[in-house]
Amino acid sequence: MTSARTTIVLACATLLLGACSGVKSYEREMLSDPIMSFSRDPVSDQYLDHVYDVREGARGATTTQGGGCGCN
Amino acid sequence: MFSFLLLPGGASAVVLPEDRTDTMIHYYDGGGVTVSGPALLVRKSASDTVSVSGRYYVDTISSASIDVVTTASPYKDKREEFGVGIDYLHGNSLMGVTVTTSKENDYLADSFGLNLSHDLFDGLTTVNMGYSQGQDQVQRTHTTFEADVNRYSYRLGVSQVLTRSLLFGVNYEGIAEEGYLKNPYRAARLLGGTIPENYPGTHDSQAISVRAIKGFSSDSRPASSSLRAEFRYFRDNWNINSDTLLLAYQRYFSDRVLGEVHYRYYTQNAASFYSDNFTTLMAYRARDKELSTFHSHSVGAKVTWNFVKQKFLFFDRMSLNFAHDYVFFDYQDFTDVRTGQPYSFGANVLQLYVSAWY
Repeated sequence: MTSARTTIVLACATLLLGACSGVKSYEREMLSDPIMSFSRDPVSDQYLDHVYDVREGARGATTTQGGGCGCN
Repeated sequence: MFSFLLLPGGASAVVLPEDRTDTMIHYYDGGGVTVSGPALLVRKSASDTVSVSGRYYVDTISSASIDVVTTASPYKDKREEFGVGIDYLHGNSLMGVTVTTSKENDYLADSFGLNLSHDLFDGLTTVNMGYSQGQDQVQRTHTTFEADVNRYSYRLGVSQVLTRSLLFGVNYEGIAEEGYLKNPYRAARLLGGTIPENYPGTHDSQAISVRAIKGFSSDSRPASSSLRAEFRYFRDNWNINSDTLLLAYQRYFSDRVLGEVHYRYYTQNAASFYSDNFTTLMAYRARDKELSTFHSHSVGAKVTWNFVKQKFLFFDRMSLNFAHDYVFFDYQDFTDVRTGQPYSFGANVLQLYVSAWY
């Protein structure tokens, strides 16, 4: 459960940062551009995650929802 | 199986996903294996608060991999995956349900997922959580063999606007599996001979990823380029520890052309019950190269051409995308039994797809 605790600590720290960041709505023009997305093209990111998922031991915590390869 | 809804975590606050269709042809060639097929992802809002989606994905597989050529015969297979989903926006919250089914010659998989995202601090912070449950049925061709795998996944994440040009996110996912987790075709080696694999009946893993995007402006564009970095730490109860690093740079070359280059590094150590060649008979034993000690390097590039930028028929905009990744896998303790040397191979991964927004 160390990983879960670490995530909770990081999440709380992020929330504190969020409370302090204060970026106004009219200052978010850059943030709305597609190149500022963690996953610009879902179909492409899902495919690449699948390519790696079936060939590596690690899994999860990617930008797409995972949970196994569905293959053998 | 992988499902088809993105975890919340982009630059936008919680809103309904965009109405868009992506039509893709994908191709993988490496290590004696080729996998290709189409993929289709369609999403359309049904009202101001409801969006529905559908997904179809195909893997057509022709395999003469190192496992196959040393212990079995080359084979061909086809995997089809269907999925549907619905999202509901209520205030600052987005709730989603997905259902997916996957079928191939000797493997069936069904799953459903629940996702919840909620905005805080005027949309600067998005908290997301999710749960998925799946059941797979493992079969062996030309036999009556059947066995089940149950899978449970728990997700928690936060994405945060830090400045007008900097985003940060952290995600956790725990996955628990139980059932028949080995491959019914693969064999382990004992003193050079073959022996059936045997895996533990449970597999529990935890992964944490942190990611950030920094945007850069120019005289002509508020966002002209961006640099993205991601790191994932993984560990499981099979004693696999893994690190993944991704760096990506995106840049507009004109109003219509966007380019991306990226690099990915992956490393893991072997599972506690993995051996290339056991010297004593162990209760649990595997010779799956995905459970061995190895690392991989991946370099890739993607070009996006926004060939429709204004209303055309019933499309708001359209883009044509091409991506090529080269991945090199280098195994430390998995040998090619034909040569006795550590195994390695390179793979080319190609994607060609059209995206349309409406």
